[in-house]
Amino acid sequence: MNLKPETLTRIDEVITHYPEKRSGTLPLLHLIQEDVGHISNEAIEWIAEKLELEPINVYEVVTFYPMFRREPIGKRHIKVCRTLSCALAGGYRTCAKFESEFNTHLGEVSPDGEVTVEFVECLASCGTAPVVLIDETLHENVDEAKAKEISDAIKAESLKS
Amino acid sequence: MSAPAERRIIFKHIDEEGYSNDIACYQKHGGYEILKKAVTQKPEDLRDEVKKSGLRGRGGAGFSCGLKWSFVDRKSGKPIYLVVNADESEPGTFKDRYIIHQDPHQLIEGTMISCFANDVKQAYIYIRGEFPEGARILEQAIQEARDAGLVGKNICGTEYSCDIFVHRGAGAYICGEETGLIESLEGKRANPRIKPPYFPAVLGLYQCPTIVNNVETLCHVKHILDMGADEYLKIGTPNNTGTRIFCVSGHVQKPGYYEYACGEVTMGQLLNDVCGGPLPGRTFKAVIPGGSSAKILRFGEKFTIKNKDGTTKEWAVEDIPLDFDSLAAAGTMGGSGGVIVMDDSVNMVEALANINAFYAHESCGQCTPCREGSLWMKKISSRMVKGEAREEDGELIKNVADQIAGRTICAFGEACSWPTQSFVAKFGDEFKSYKDDKNSKSSDSLELV
Repeated sequence: MNLKPETLTRIDEVITHYPEKRSGTLPLLHLIQEDVGHISNEAIEWIAEKLELEPINVYEVVTFYPMFRREPIGKRHIKVCRTLSCALAGGYRTCAKFESEFNTHLGEVSPDGEVTVEFVECLASCGTAPVVLIDETLHENVDEAKAKEISDAIKAESLKS
Repeated sequence: MSAPAERRIIFKHIDEEGYSNDIACYQKHGGYEILKKAVTQKPEDLRDEVKKSGLRGRGGAGFSCGLKWSFVDRKSGKPIYLVVNADESEPGTFKDRYIIHQDPHQLIEGTMISCFANDVKQAYIYIRGEFPEGARILEQAIQEARDAGLVGKNICGTEYSCDIFVHRGAGAYICGEETGLIESLEGKRANPRIKPPYFPAVLGLYQCPTIVNNVETLCHVKHILDMGADEYLKIGTPNNTGTRIFCVSGHVQKPGYYEYACGEVTMGQLLNDVCGGPLPGRTFKAVIPGGSSAKILRFGEKFTIKNKDGTTKEWAVEDIPLDFDSLAAAGTMGGSGGVIVMDDSVNMVEALANINAFYAHESCGQCTPCREGSLWMKKISSRMVKGEAREEDGELIKNVADQIAGRTICAFGEACSWPTQSFVAKFGDEFKSYKDDKNSKSSDSLELV
């Protein structure tokens, strides 16, 4: 595993939070996914060795929790809330707008590699529906017009870099 | 009758101009004084006070907090853990988010007081994975409190030490179930544990006695010890003490969060006066009062309620006082306080199909009735919406739901079957006629599935 030094430091620190090493499974998966982008077989084996577990113990966790992914995604991760309150406010249209703006389908990397658009379940911000979590930032009241604005901003940013 | 003014205790500083989430601001507003006082008292006295206050859990089940604490095995010699349930994931619920983001020290103070009261040496905050910013804010706040001697070693200069760590989930709803949460904290799939024997108070985290409390519940603990149980008991109604935060979403003019004493406002006051009523040209059709698993209420239905003296009274949906017991008397629950409103533009088959897709996605898959049943409920309701509805589908889907509840390890079985059972019971006609009138569905063709 080729991990950043600060990831390794944080991994060693977080393991000390628990009396049993196995509790480090989720934190380590988060840290490695943040560093590398997804969870590879190599990462699963690396974590298992680090926490003195069998790879299957880590693998079954990766496959249980929706936030862990086995494949790389686009540069930005657009998660649109699908659940009832957001749907009542037009969340499905918001999602379709992001898909069409980036010429992509749910769960796929867009052709330009910029984004992966996903439908996710309740993001716990139902009072400002529809909501969208882009990487680590929550966007509220995202109707189609706002989805267009956000998409334009992402595209403009990628042109700059 | 217009609604009384809000009574903000937990949300006192939420959205307050100039109020920031750092420790200096919190202490300027009197923060951590209750903790400083608490650590000079006897833990059992603090527990008695919380028990006396009648505080009921704000996560969903509404179980007595004092009673929960009293079940803790204090003689085992094993360490006692406290886990803050910040997995807020019941659809329609969004209160803990604001406490975590805007007033994290309130939660930390409530947590530390509860830890001291229960001889806890290590606490964890289990926060849902979808709150990455919330997790960072909490970590920062805990570090500030540690530096100020309020968390960690020798709290407030006493012999008492207790630390808090933040543990992030990764997108699974079932982690809100306390034994599923514990499994997840142990680094496993969040498959809930069977009770007995695995009552967290006896065999919880690492097989040690464990308390799992909701974010809002722990904040209440601070205020109970601040004002004293006697004063706290005066807020709300008997057996429904304190305030509640109602998270209103869906088809109202002013969705948002509103804090009232339990039972102080009725559903009608909340939706019409506080939230500004229905959207222009629409009428209210249905409301889910306590998170998406709570049974739906249909506007126009009547409830016959027994008074204590044996007489009866009749309530419309608008008349129901918003407290745990009144909502239970109306056949539903206050749950997590998430109120989802639907107006006459909504087709109930489509709304249920949306909810069923959620529960099918979130079943942990451990118990057959739930794993298979939640999936079949989704498949049937989705098929209906996709143009292949049959007249008997309502009955069929209800039949599936009836075989889940009560047959599973955890309450997810009930959570996933109550929506189907109540939607079909109250809107049976819409399910029967859906095959014929699906073209005239939602007035603005809002997609829900």
